[in-house]
Amino acid sequence: MVKKQKKYFVIFVLPTFIAFIIGFIYPFFRGIYLSFCKFQTVSNAKWIGFQNYVDAFKDETFVRSFWFTALFVVVSVVAINLIAFFVAYALTLGIRGSNIFRTVFFVPNLIGGIILGYIWQLIFNGILQNYGSNIKLDSTYGFWGLVILMCWQQAGYMMIIYIAGFQSVPADLYEAARIDGASKGQILTNVTIPMMAPSITICTFLTLTNSFKLFDQNLALTGGAPGVVSKSGTMVYQTEMMALNIYNTFYASNRFRGVGQAKAVIFFLIVVVISLAQLYLTRKREVQQ
Amino acid sequence: MAEEKVDIKKVEAKKEKINDDKPKLKKQTTGMKILTVIFSIVSVFYVAPIIVVLFNSFKTKTSISSSPFTIPDAESFYGVQNYVKGMTFGNFDFYKVVLCSLFITVGGVFLILFCTSMAAWYITRVDSIVCKIIYYFCIFSMVVPFQMVMFTLSKTADKLKLSNPAGILIIYLGFGAGLAIFMFSGFVKGIPLEIEEAADVDGAGPLKTFFGIVLPIMKPTFISVGILETMWIWNDYLLPYLVLDRNDYRTIPIHIQYLNGSYGQTDMGAIMALIVLSIVPIIIFYFVCQRYIIEGVVSGAVKG
Repeated sequence: MVKKQKKYFVIFVLPTFIAFIIGFIYPFFRGIYLSFCKFQTVSNAKWIGFQNYVDAFKDETFVRSFWFTALFVVVSVVAINLIAFFVAYALTLGIRGSNIFRTVFFVPNLIGGIILGYIWQLIFNGILQNYGSNIKLDSTYGFWGLVILMCWQQAGYMMIIYIAGFQSVPADLYEAARIDGASKGQILTNVTIPMMAPSITICTFLTLTNSFKLFDQNLALTGGAPGVVSKSGTMVYQTEMMALNIYNTFYASNRFRGVGQAKAVIFFLIVVVISLAQLYLTRKREVQQ
Repeated sequence: MAEEKVDIKKVEAKKEKINDDKPKLKKQTTGMKILTVIFSIVSVFYVAPIIVVLFNSFKTKTSISSSPFTIPDAESFYGVQNYVKGMTFGNFDFYKVVLCSLFITVGGVFLILFCTSMAAWYITRVDSIVCKIIYYFCIFSMVVPFQMVMFTLSKTADKLKLSNPAGILIIYLGFGAGLAIFMFSGFVKGIPLEIEEAADVDGAGPLKTFFGIVLPIMKPTFISVGILETMWIWNDYLLPYLVLDRNDYRTIPIHIQYLNGSYGQTDMGAIMALIVLSIVPIIIFYFVCQRYIIEGVVSGAVKG
Protein backbone atom coordinates (compact mmCIF):
# COMPACT_ATOMS: atom_id res chain seq x y z
CA MET A 1 0.00 0.00 0.00
CA VAL A 2 2.73 2.48 0.98
CA LYS A 3 4.64 1.50 -2.19
CA LYS A 4 1.67 2.41 -4.34
CA GLN A 5 1.28 5.63 -2.43
CA LYS A 6 4.90 6.65 -2.90
CA LYS A 7 4.42 7.28 -6.60
CA TYR A 8 1.90 9.99 -5.80
CA PHE A 9 4.43 12.40 -4.25
CA VAL A 10 3.93 14.85 -7.12
CA ILE A 11 0.19 15.10 -6.54
CA PHE A 12 0.06 15.00 -2.77
CA VAL A 13 3.13 16.82 -1.55
CA LEU A 14 4.77 18.73 -4.38
CA PRO A 15 2.39 21.77 -4.51
CA THR A 16 2.75 22.38 -0.78
CA PHE A 17 6.46 21.65 -0.93
CA ILE A 18 7.11 24.19 -3.70
CA ALA A 19 5.07 26.84 -1.87
CA PHE A 20 6.95 26.01 1.33
CA ILE A 21 10.28 26.51 -0.46
CA ILE A 22 9.14 29.85 -1.91
CA GLY A 23 7.45 31.01 1.28
CA PHE A 24 9.87 29.78 3.88
CA ILE A 25 12.92 27.63 3.13
CA TYR A 26 14.55 29.76 0.45
CA PRO A 27 13.93 33.13 2.18
CA PHE A 28 15.17 31.67 5.45
CA PHE A 29 18.54 30.42 4.19
CA ARG A 30 18.95 33.41 1.88
CA GLY A 31 18.36 35.57 4.96
CA ILE A 32 21.10 33.84 6.91
CA TYR A 33 23.50 34.30 3.98
CA LEU A 34 22.59 37.97 3.58
CA SER A 35 23.23 38.66 7.25
CA PHE A 36 26.93 38.27 6.40
CA CYS A 37 26.71 40.65 3.46
CA LYS A 38 26.48 44.32 2.71
CA PHE A 39 23.59 45.01 0.36
CA GLN A 40 20.90 47.44 -0.69
CA THR A 41 19.01 45.13 -3.02
CA VAL A 42 19.46 41.39 -3.14
CA SER A 43 21.57 41.50 -6.29
CA ASN A 44 24.45 43.65 -5.04
CA ALA A 45 25.29 41.61 -1.93
CA LYS A 46 28.97 41.63 -0.92
CA TRP A 47 30.36 39.23 1.71
CA ILE A 48 31.70 41.08 4.75
CA GLY A 49 31.75 38.39 7.46
CA PHE A 50 30.59 39.21 10.96
CA GLN A 51 30.69 43.00 10.56
CA ASN A 52 26.87 43.28 10.51
CA TYR A 53 26.61 41.41 13.81
CA VAL A 54 29.21 43.68 15.40
CA ASP A 55 27.28 46.72 14.16
CA ALA A 56 24.01 45.29 15.43
CA PHE A 57 25.34 44.83 18.96
CA LYS A 58 26.83 48.31 18.89
CA ASP A 59 23.50 49.83 17.86
CA GLU A 60 21.95 51.62 20.84
CA THR A 61 18.44 51.45 19.42
CA PHE A 62 18.67 47.68 19.10
CA VAL A 63 19.95 47.21 22.65
CA ARG A 64 17.23 49.51 23.96
CA SER A 65 14.56 47.59 22.03
CA PHE A 66 15.89 44.32 23.46
CA TRP A 67 15.49 45.47 27.07
CA PHE A 68 12.14 47.06 26.37
CA THR A 69 10.92 43.82 24.77
CA ALA A 70 12.35 41.65 27.57
CA LEU A 71 10.61 43.70 30.26
CA PHE A 72 7.40 43.73 28.28
CA VAL A 73 7.51 39.95 27.80
CA VAL A 74 8.00 39.27 31.51
CA VAL A 75 5.21 41.60 32.63
CA SER A 76 2.71 40.58 29.97
CA VAL A 77 3.30 36.82 30.22
CA VAL A 78 2.77 36.88 33.98
CA ALA A 79 -0.22 39.22 33.82
CA ILE A 80 -2.02 37.45 30.98
CA ASN A 81 -1.59 33.99 32.46
CA LEU A 82 -2.63 35.00 35.99
CA ILE A 83 -5.73 36.79 34.72
CA ALA A 84 -6.66 34.00 32.30
CA PHE A 85 -6.09 31.28 34.89
CA PHE A 86 -8.27 32.81 37.57
CA VAL A 87 -11.00 33.90 35.20
CA ALA A 88 -11.09 30.34 33.82
CA TYR A 89 -11.20 28.99 37.38
CA ALA A 90 -14.13 31.22 38.27
CA LEU A 91 -15.98 30.38 35.06
CA THR A 92 -15.74 26.64 35.72
CA LEU A 93 -17.34 26.94 39.15
CA GLY A 94 -20.73 26.94 37.46
CA ILE A 95 -21.73 30.55 38.10
CA ARG A 96 -24.68 31.98 36.24
CA GLY A 97 -23.81 33.56 32.90
CA SER A 98 -20.52 31.67 32.46
CA ASN A 99 -21.14 31.07 28.77
CA ILE A 100 -21.88 34.72 28.09
CA PHE A 101 -18.76 35.86 29.92
CA ARG A 102 -16.66 33.35 28.02
CA THR A 103 -18.05 34.61 24.73
CA VAL A 104 -17.44 38.25 25.59
CA PHE A 105 -13.88 37.75 26.84
CA PHE A 106 -12.86 36.06 23.61
CA VAL A 107 -14.08 38.82 21.27
CA PRO A 108 -10.90 40.99 21.20
CA ASN A 109 -8.96 38.07 19.70
CA LEU A 110 -10.86 38.38 16.49
CA ILE A 111 -9.71 41.92 15.86
CA GLY A 112 -6.40 42.48 14.11
CA GLY A 113 -3.40 44.08 15.81
CA ILE A 114 -3.39 47.26 13.70
CA ILE A 115 -7.05 47.96 14.43
CA LEU A 116 -6.63 47.11 18.12
CA GLY A 117 -3.76 49.57 18.29
CA TYR A 118 -5.86 52.41 16.92
CA ILE A 119 -8.85 51.58 19.15
CA TRP A 120 -6.67 51.77 22.24
CA GLN A 121 -4.84 54.85 21.03
CA LEU A 122 -8.20 56.62 21.02
CA ILE A 123 -9.05 55.33 24.51
CA PHE A 124 -5.67 56.15 26.09
CA ASN A 125 -5.43 59.56 24.49
CA GLY A 126 -8.99 60.30 25.57
CA ILE A 127 -8.00 59.63 29.17
CA LEU A 128 -4.54 61.19 29.03
CA GLN A 129 -5.64 64.44 27.44
CA ASN A 130 -7.36 65.34 30.71
CA TYR A 131 -3.84 65.49 32.16
CA GLY A 132 -2.45 67.35 29.16
CA SER A 133 -0.56 64.33 27.90
CA ASN A 134 -0.55 61.78 25.11
CA ILE A 135 0.46 58.14 24.74
CA LYS A 136 3.27 59.12 22.39
CA LEU A 137 4.82 61.58 24.83
CA ASP A 138 5.94 59.30 27.64
CA SER A 139 7.44 55.83 27.31
CA THR A 140 5.87 54.75 30.63
CA TYR A 141 2.43 55.31 29.16
CA GLY A 142 3.49 53.50 26.01
CA PHE A 143 4.74 50.50 27.98
CA TRP A 144 1.68 50.09 30.18
CA GLY A 145 -0.56 50.86 27.25
CA LEU A 146 0.92 47.93 25.38
CA VAL A 147 0.60 45.68 28.43
CA ILE A 148 -3.07 46.58 28.90
CA LEU A 149 -3.74 46.10 25.20
CA MET A 150 -2.09 42.67 25.17
CA CYS A 151 -3.95 41.54 28.31
CA TRP A 152 -7.21 42.67 26.82
CA GLN A 153 -6.51 40.82 23.59
CA GLN A 154 -4.86 37.62 24.78
CA ALA A 155 -6.48 36.86 28.13
CA GLY A 156 -9.62 35.54 26.44
CA TYR A 157 -7.72 33.14 24.22
CA MET A 158 -5.68 31.73 27.08
CA MET A 159 -8.82 31.56 29.23
CA ILE A 160 -10.40 29.22 26.65
CA ILE A 161 -7.40 26.89 26.87
CA TYR A 162 -7.38 27.00 30.67
CA ILE A 163 -11.12 26.27 30.80
CA ALA A 164 -10.55 23.15 28.69
CA GLY A 165 -7.76 22.24 31.09
CA PHE A 166 -9.98 22.63 34.17
CA GLN A 167 -12.69 20.54 32.56
CA SER A 168 -10.26 17.72 31.78
CA VAL A 169 -9.27 17.20 35.43
CA PRO A 170 -11.06 14.00 36.49
CA ALA A 171 -13.75 14.60 39.12
CA ASP A 172 -12.69 11.63 41.25
CA LEU A 173 -9.37 13.35 42.06
CA TYR A 174 -11.28 16.21 43.65
CA GLU A 175 -13.50 13.78 45.49
CA ALA A 176 -10.51 11.87 46.84
CA ALA A 177 -8.89 15.10 47.99
CA ARG A 178 -12.10 16.22 49.66
CA ILE A 179 -12.45 12.89 51.49
CA ASP A 180 -8.88 13.27 52.69
CA GLY A 181 -9.92 16.60 54.20
CA ALA A 182 -8.08 18.99 51.86
CA SER A 183 -9.16 22.64 51.97
CA LYS A 184 -10.13 24.55 48.82
CA GLY A 185 -6.73 26.23 48.68
CA GLN A 186 -4.94 22.91 49.12
CA ILE A 187 -6.99 21.34 46.34
CA LEU A 188 -6.07 24.21 44.03
CA THR A 189 -2.31 24.01 44.70
CA ASN A 190 -1.94 20.23 45.07
CA VAL A 191 -4.50 18.83 42.65
CA THR A 192 -5.64 21.42 40.13
CA ILE A 193 -2.37 23.17 39.29
CA PRO A 194 -0.28 19.98 38.81
CA MET A 195 -3.04 18.49 36.65
CA MET A 196 -3.21 21.75 34.70
CA ALA A 197 0.51 21.71 33.87
CA PRO A 198 0.01 20.91 30.15
CA SER A 199 -2.34 23.89 29.74
CA ILE A 200 0.09 26.10 31.63
CA THR A 201 2.91 24.96 29.32
CA ILE A 202 0.91 25.79 26.20
CA CYS A 203 -0.35 29.14 27.45
CA THR A 204 3.07 30.32 28.61
CA PHE A 205 4.54 29.23 25.30
CA LEU A 206 1.90 31.06 23.27
CA THR A 207 2.02 34.26 25.32
CA LEU A 208 5.82 34.20 25.37
CA THR A 209 6.20 33.90 21.61
CA ASN A 210 3.32 36.29 20.87
CA SER A 211 4.74 38.97 23.15
CA PHE A 212 8.25 38.54 21.78
CA LYS A 213 7.14 38.80 18.17
CA LEU A 214 4.70 41.64 18.79
CA PHE A 215 4.67 44.04 15.86
CA ASP A 216 1.28 45.28 14.65
CA GLN A 217 0.09 46.52 18.02
CA ASN A 218 3.40 48.23 18.68
CA LEU A 219 3.35 49.94 15.29
CA ALA A 220 -0.23 51.16 15.61
CA LEU A 221 -0.30 52.17 19.28
CA THR A 222 2.90 54.22 19.63
CA GLY A 223 4.97 53.51 16.53
CA GLY A 224 7.99 53.58 18.86
CA ALA A 225 7.43 57.14 20.06
CA PRO A 226 8.71 59.06 21.93
CA GLY A 227 12.14 59.38 20.34
CA VAL A 228 14.94 60.66 22.55
CA VAL A 229 18.34 61.76 21.27
CA SER A 230 21.01 59.89 23.22
CA LYS A 231 24.42 61.20 24.35
CA SER A 232 26.10 59.90 21.21
CA GLY A 233 23.55 61.74 19.06
CA THR A 234 21.45 58.86 17.77
CA MET A 235 17.69 58.99 17.93
CA VAL A 236 16.50 56.20 20.22
CA TYR A 237 12.81 55.34 20.06
CA GLN A 238 11.76 54.50 23.58
CA THR A 239 8.83 52.13 23.01
CA GLU A 240 10.21 50.34 19.96
CA MET A 241 10.17 46.57 20.33
CA MET A 242 12.62 44.26 18.59
CA ALA A 243 10.40 43.38 15.64
CA LEU A 244 9.67 47.04 14.93
CA ASN A 245 13.34 47.94 15.35
CA ILE A 246 14.33 45.38 12.74
CA TYR A 247 11.61 46.60 10.40
CA ASN A 248 12.79 50.20 10.74
CA THR A 249 16.41 49.20 10.15
CA PHE A 250 15.34 47.62 6.86
CA TYR A 251 12.91 50.16 5.53
CA ALA A 252 13.66 53.56 7.10
CA SER A 253 16.62 53.72 4.72
CA ASN A 254 18.32 51.13 2.53
CA ARG A 255 21.81 51.67 3.91
CA PHE A 256 21.71 49.25 6.82
CA ARG A 257 19.86 46.28 5.40
CA GLY A 258 22.74 43.92 6.20
CA VAL A 259 22.62 45.05 9.81
CA GLY A 260 18.85 44.62 9.77
CA GLN A 261 19.20 41.06 8.55
CA ALA A 262 21.82 40.34 11.21
CA LYS A 263 19.45 41.73 13.85
CA ALA A 264 16.75 39.46 12.48
CA VAL A 265 18.99 36.42 12.88
CA ILE A 266 19.82 37.42 16.45
CA PHE A 267 16.11 37.95 17.13
CA PHE A 268 15.30 34.55 15.67
CA LEU A 269 17.94 32.85 17.82
CA ILE A 270 16.65 34.56 20.97
CA VAL A 271 13.06 33.50 20.25
CA VAL A 272 14.06 29.89 19.53
CA VAL A 273 16.33 29.53 22.56
CA ILE A 274 13.86 31.10 25.00
CA SER A 275 10.85 29.17 23.75
CA LEU A 276 12.74 25.86 23.78
CA ALA A 277 14.03 26.56 27.29
CA GLN A 278 10.51 27.37 28.44
CA LEU A 279 9.07 24.21 26.88
CA TYR A 280 11.79 22.12 28.52
CA LEU A 281 11.33 23.69 31.96
CA THR A 282 7.54 23.47 32.09
CA ARG A 283 7.30 20.05 30.42
CA LYS A 284 9.53 18.68 33.17
CA ARG A 285 6.90 19.60 35.72
CA GLU A 286 4.01 17.97 33.93
CA VAL A 287 2.37 14.99 35.57
CA GLN A 288 2.69 11.77 33.60
CA GLN A 289 -0.77 10.45 32.92
CA MET B 1 -23.62 7.75 5.47
CA ALA B 2 -27.11 8.96 6.30
CA GLU B 3 -27.12 6.98 9.50
CA GLU B 4 -23.80 8.40 10.51
CA LYS B 5 -25.02 11.94 10.06
CA VAL B 6 -28.00 11.36 12.29
CA ASP B 7 -25.75 9.90 14.92
CA ILE B 8 -23.43 12.86 14.90
CA LYS B 9 -26.38 15.20 15.26
CA LYS B 10 -27.66 13.24 18.19
CA VAL B 11 -24.30 13.34 19.92
CA GLU B 12 -24.02 17.05 19.30
CA ALA B 13 -27.48 17.65 20.64
CA LYS B 14 -26.53 15.73 23.76
CA LYS B 15 -23.36 17.75 24.15
CA GLU B 16 -25.31 20.95 23.94
CA LYS B 17 -27.75 19.71 26.50
CA ILE B 18 -24.95 18.94 28.93
CA ASN B 19 -23.46 22.39 28.37
CA ASP B 20 -26.78 24.09 28.91
CA ASP B 21 -27.61 22.13 32.01
CA LYS B 22 -24.32 22.58 33.77
CA PRO B 23 -24.86 26.00 35.31
CA LYS B 24 -28.39 25.14 36.40
CA LEU B 25 -27.36 21.95 38.14
CA LYS B 26 -25.35 23.76 40.78
CA LYS B 27 -27.03 25.87 43.41
CA GLN B 28 -25.91 29.48 43.33
CA THR B 29 -24.25 30.34 46.64
CA THR B 30 -23.77 33.94 47.73
CA GLY B 31 -20.13 33.83 46.65
CA MET B 32 -21.13 32.71 43.20
CA LYS B 33 -23.78 35.42 42.94
CA ILE B 34 -21.16 38.03 43.83
CA LEU B 35 -18.88 36.59 41.15
CA THR B 36 -21.66 36.88 38.58
CA VAL B 37 -22.10 40.54 39.46
CA ILE B 38 -18.34 41.20 39.31
CA PHE B 39 -18.01 39.48 35.95
CA SER B 40 -20.99 41.36 34.57
CA ILE B 41 -19.32 44.65 35.42
CA VAL B 42 -15.99 43.46 33.96
CA SER B 43 -17.74 42.33 30.79
CA VAL B 44 -19.19 45.79 30.30
CA PHE B 45 -15.70 47.29 30.60
CA TYR B 46 -14.39 44.60 28.28
CA VAL B 47 -16.61 45.57 25.39
CA ALA B 48 -16.41 49.28 26.22
CA PRO B 49 -13.53 50.09 23.82
CA ILE B 50 -15.53 48.69 20.91
CA ILE B 51 -18.64 50.60 21.98
CA VAL B 52 -16.62 53.81 22.28
CA VAL B 53 -15.43 53.39 18.68
CA LEU B 54 -18.99 52.69 17.57
CA PHE B 55 -20.28 55.88 19.22
CA ASN B 56 -17.43 57.94 17.84
CA SER B 57 -18.12 56.78 14.33
CA PHE B 58 -21.33 58.85 14.48
CA LYS B 59 -19.68 61.98 15.84
CA THR B 60 -17.99 64.96 14.23
CA LYS B 61 -14.19 65.12 13.97
CA THR B 62 -13.84 67.84 16.57
CA SER B 63 -15.95 66.12 19.18
CA ILE B 64 -14.03 62.84 18.70
CA SER B 65 -10.78 64.49 19.67
CA SER B 66 -12.18 66.78 22.37
CA SER B 67 -14.53 64.36 24.14
CA PRO B 68 -14.17 60.75 22.91
CA PHE B 69 -16.18 59.21 25.76
CA THR B 70 -19.48 61.02 25.35
CA ILE B 71 -22.54 59.59 23.68
CA PRO B 72 -23.34 61.48 20.46
CA ASP B 73 -25.79 64.32 21.20
CA ALA B 74 -27.59 66.85 19.02
CA GLU B 75 -24.44 68.96 18.72
CA SER B 76 -21.86 66.29 17.99
CA PHE B 77 -24.06 63.93 15.97
CA TYR B 78 -22.82 63.60 12.41
CA GLY B 79 -25.21 60.96 11.07
CA VAL B 80 -23.71 58.52 8.61
CA GLN B 81 -21.46 61.19 7.10
CA ASN B 82 -18.34 59.46 8.43
CA TYR B 83 -19.37 56.24 6.73
CA VAL B 84 -20.04 58.01 3.45
CA LYS B 85 -16.63 59.69 3.60
CA GLY B 86 -14.91 56.50 4.71
CA MET B 87 -16.09 54.66 1.61
CA THR B 88 -13.73 56.60 -0.63
CA PHE B 89 -11.33 57.96 1.97
CA GLY B 90 -7.70 58.22 0.91
CA ASN B 91 -8.71 58.06 -2.77
CA PHE B 92 -9.19 54.33 -2.47
CA ASP B 93 -12.58 52.63 -2.62
CA PHE B 94 -13.33 50.74 0.53
CA TYR B 95 -15.32 48.02 -1.21
CA LYS B 96 -12.16 47.08 -3.14
CA VAL B 97 -10.31 46.74 0.14
CA VAL B 98 -12.98 44.47 1.57
CA LEU B 99 -13.09 42.35 -1.58
CA CYS B 100 -9.32 41.99 -1.55
CA SER B 101 -9.31 40.92 2.11
CA LEU B 102 -12.15 38.48 1.48
CA PHE B 103 -10.51 36.97 -1.59
CA ILE B 104 -7.14 36.48 0.10
CA THR B 105 -8.65 35.04 3.28
CA VAL B 106 -11.11 32.65 1.64
CA GLY B 107 -8.74 31.64 -1.14
CA GLY B 108 -5.77 31.26 1.18
CA VAL B 109 -7.66 29.16 3.71
CA PHE B 110 -9.10 26.82 1.07
CA LEU B 111 -5.75 26.42 -0.64
CA ILE B 112 -4.04 25.69 2.67
CA LEU B 113 -6.71 23.18 3.74
CA PHE B 114 -6.72 21.38 0.40
CA CYS B 115 -2.99 21.15 -0.20
CA THR B 116 -1.69 20.63 3.32
CA SER B 117 -4.24 17.95 4.23
CA MET B 118 -3.03 15.91 1.26
CA ALA B 119 0.59 16.58 2.05
CA ALA B 120 0.15 15.76 5.72
CA TRP B 121 -1.50 12.42 4.94
CA TYR B 122 1.26 11.45 2.53
CA ILE B 123 4.05 12.58 4.87
CA THR B 124 2.63 10.70 7.83
CA ARG B 125 1.90 7.48 5.95
CA VAL B 126 4.97 7.21 3.71
CA ASP B 127 7.40 8.31 6.42
CA SER B 128 10.54 8.39 4.25
CA ILE B 129 13.59 10.51 5.05
CA VAL B 130 12.43 13.31 2.72
CA CYS B 131 9.04 13.32 4.45
CA LYS B 132 10.64 13.48 7.89
CA ILE B 133 12.78 16.41 6.82
CA ILE B 134 9.75 18.27 5.47
CA TYR B 135 7.82 17.55 8.67
CA TYR B 136 10.54 18.87 10.98
CA PHE B 137 11.01 21.93 8.81
CA CYS B 138 7.30 22.62 9.17
CA ILE B 139 7.49 22.50 12.95
CA PHE B 140 10.60 24.66 12.84
CA SER B 141 8.88 27.27 10.66
CA MET B 142 6.25 27.85 13.34
CA VAL B 143 8.81 29.31 15.75
CA VAL B 144 10.68 31.51 13.28
CA PRO B 145 9.67 35.17 13.60
CA PHE B 146 8.44 36.78 10.39
CA GLN B 147 11.15 39.48 10.53
CA MET B 148 13.71 36.76 9.81
CA VAL B 149 12.35 36.15 6.30
CA MET B 150 10.47 39.38 5.64
CA PHE B 151 12.98 41.06 3.33
CA THR B 152 14.03 38.02 1.33
CA LEU B 153 10.44 36.78 1.10
CA SER B 154 9.15 40.05 -0.33
CA LYS B 155 12.02 40.14 -2.85
CA THR B 156 11.37 36.52 -3.88
CA ALA B 157 7.66 37.23 -4.29
CA ASP B 158 8.48 40.26 -6.39
CA LYS B 159 10.81 38.31 -8.65
CA LEU B 160 8.28 35.52 -9.16
CA LYS B 161 5.53 38.08 -9.93
CA LEU B 162 3.48 37.00 -6.92
CA SER B 163 2.67 40.53 -5.74
CA ASN B 164 -1.05 40.27 -6.57
CA PRO B 165 -3.96 38.73 -4.64
CA ALA B 166 -3.67 35.44 -6.53
CA GLY B 167 0.09 35.18 -6.09
CA ILE B 168 0.00 35.94 -2.38
CA LEU B 169 -2.10 32.81 -1.89
CA ILE B 170 1.00 30.75 -2.75
CA ILE B 171 3.01 32.67 -0.16
CA TYR B 172 0.29 32.02 2.42
CA LEU B 173 0.28 28.33 1.52
CA GLY B 174 4.03 28.22 2.08
CA PHE B 175 4.08 30.26 5.26
CA GLY B 176 0.94 28.71 6.74
CA ALA B 177 1.92 25.15 5.87
CA GLY B 178 3.81 24.64 9.14
CA LEU B 179 0.89 24.83 11.55
CA ALA B 180 -1.53 23.11 9.15
CA ILE B 181 0.71 20.13 8.38
CA PHE B 182 1.53 19.79 12.06
CA MET B 183 -2.13 19.66 13.08
CA PHE B 184 -3.24 17.41 10.22
CA SER B 185 -0.38 14.94 10.84
CA GLY B 186 -1.30 14.78 14.49
CA PHE B 187 -4.80 13.75 13.44
CA VAL B 188 -3.75 11.31 10.71
CA LYS B 189 -1.55 9.45 13.21
CA GLY B 190 -4.72 8.66 15.16
CA ILE B 191 -6.60 7.14 12.19
CA PRO B 192 -6.33 3.33 12.23
CA LEU B 193 -4.37 2.07 9.23
CA GLU B 194 -6.80 -0.83 8.73
CA ILE B 195 -9.44 1.44 7.21
CA GLU B 196 -7.08 2.53 4.45
CA GLU B 197 -5.79 -0.99 3.93
CA ALA B 198 -9.33 -2.24 3.48
CA ALA B 199 -9.87 0.41 0.80
CA ASP B 200 -6.64 -0.67 -0.84
CA VAL B 201 -7.74 -4.32 -0.91
CA ASP B 202 -11.00 -3.22 -2.50
CA GLY B 203 -8.94 -1.69 -5.28
CA ALA B 204 -9.11 2.02 -4.45
CA GLY B 205 -6.02 3.99 -5.44
CA PRO B 206 -4.41 6.55 -3.09
CA LEU B 207 -6.45 9.40 -4.56
CA LYS B 208 -9.73 7.59 -4.08
CA THR B 209 -8.71 6.44 -0.60
CA PHE B 210 -7.82 9.96 0.43
CA PHE B 211 -10.84 11.79 -0.94
CA GLY B 212 -13.36 9.03 -0.24
CA ILE B 213 -12.26 7.86 3.18
CA VAL B 214 -9.55 9.92 4.89
CA LEU B 215 -10.92 13.36 4.05
CA PRO B 216 -14.37 12.80 5.61
CA ILE B 217 -12.75 11.45 8.78
CA MET B 218 -10.57 14.55 9.04
CA LYS B 219 -13.54 16.96 9.08
CA PRO B 220 -13.09 18.20 12.68
CA THR B 221 -9.45 19.04 12.03
CA PHE B 222 -10.45 20.86 8.85
CA ILE B 223 -12.64 23.11 10.94
CA SER B 224 -9.94 23.75 13.56
CA VAL B 225 -7.20 24.51 11.03
CA GLY B 226 -9.63 26.56 8.95
CA ILE B 227 -10.59 28.74 11.92
CA LEU B 228 -7.00 29.35 13.03
CA GLU B 229 -5.80 30.19 9.52
CA THR B 230 -8.81 32.45 8.90
CA MET B 231 -8.09 34.48 12.03
CA TRP B 232 -4.46 34.75 11.00
CA ILE B 233 -4.87 35.75 7.35
CA TRP B 234 -7.79 38.14 7.87
CA ASN B 235 -5.87 40.12 10.47
CA ASP B 236 -2.38 39.80 8.99
CA TYR B 237 -0.72 43.11 8.25
CA LEU B 238 2.99 42.91 7.50
CA LEU B 239 3.06 40.02 5.04
CA PRO B 240 0.50 41.46 2.60
CA TYR B 241 1.93 44.93 3.18
CA LEU B 242 5.35 43.83 1.95
CA VAL B 243 4.22 41.39 -0.73
CA LEU B 244 1.25 43.10 -2.41
CA ASP B 245 1.55 45.95 -4.86
CA ARG B 246 -0.04 48.55 -2.60
CA ASN B 247 -1.08 50.96 -5.32
CA ASP B 248 -3.55 48.40 -6.64
CA TYR B 249 -4.34 46.06 -3.80
CA ARG B 250 -4.87 46.66 -0.10
CA THR B 251 -6.28 44.54 2.68
CA ILE B 252 -8.25 46.09 5.55
CA PRO B 253 -5.34 46.37 8.02
CA ILE B 254 -3.10 47.89 5.33
CA HIS B 255 -5.78 50.42 4.38
CA ILE B 256 -6.34 51.49 7.97
CA GLN B 257 -2.62 51.85 8.59
CA TYR B 258 -2.30 53.93 5.39
CA LEU B 259 -5.04 56.32 6.39
CA ASN B 260 -3.45 56.88 9.76
CA GLY B 261 0.12 57.09 8.69
CA SER B 262 0.38 58.95 5.46
CA TYR B 263 -2.14 61.76 5.76
CA GLY B 264 -1.17 64.99 7.44
CA GLN B 265 -4.72 65.69 8.56
CA THR B 266 -6.18 62.35 9.58
CA ASP B 267 -9.94 62.30 9.49
CA MET B 268 -10.62 60.46 12.75
CA GLY B 269 -14.34 60.24 11.95
CA ALA B 270 -13.75 58.34 8.73
CA ILE B 271 -11.24 56.05 10.44
CA MET B 272 -13.70 55.25 13.23
CA ALA B 273 -16.32 54.37 10.61
CA LEU B 274 -13.89 52.10 8.77
CA ILE B 275 -12.84 50.39 11.99
CA VAL B 276 -16.49 49.66 12.76
CA LEU B 277 -17.05 48.35 9.23
CA SER B 278 -14.07 46.02 9.49
CA ILE B 279 -14.94 44.68 12.93
CA VAL B 280 -18.62 44.01 12.27
CA PRO B 281 -18.24 41.11 9.77
CA ILE B 282 -15.79 39.23 11.96
CA ILE B 283 -17.99 39.61 15.04
CA ILE B 284 -21.00 38.31 13.11
CA PHE B 285 -18.85 35.42 11.89
CA TYR B 286 -17.88 34.73 15.50
CA PHE B 287 -21.44 34.64 16.80
CA VAL B 288 -22.55 32.37 13.98
CA CYS B 289 -19.84 29.75 14.44
CA GLN B 290 -18.81 30.45 17.99
CA ARG B 291 -18.70 26.83 19.10
CA TYR B 292 -16.42 25.82 16.25
CA ILE B 293 -14.10 28.72 16.91
CA ILE B 294 -13.71 27.85 20.57
CA GLU B 295 -13.24 24.16 19.81
CA GLY B 296 -10.75 25.09 17.10
CA VAL B 297 -8.71 27.16 19.52
CA VAL B 298 -8.69 24.41 22.12
CA SER B 299 -7.72 21.58 19.78
CA GLY B 300 -5.13 23.79 18.10
CA ALA B 301 -3.57 24.47 21.47
CA VAL B 302 -3.71 20.90 22.72
CA LYS B 303 -1.91 19.64 19.66
CA GLY B 304 0.51 22.56 19.69
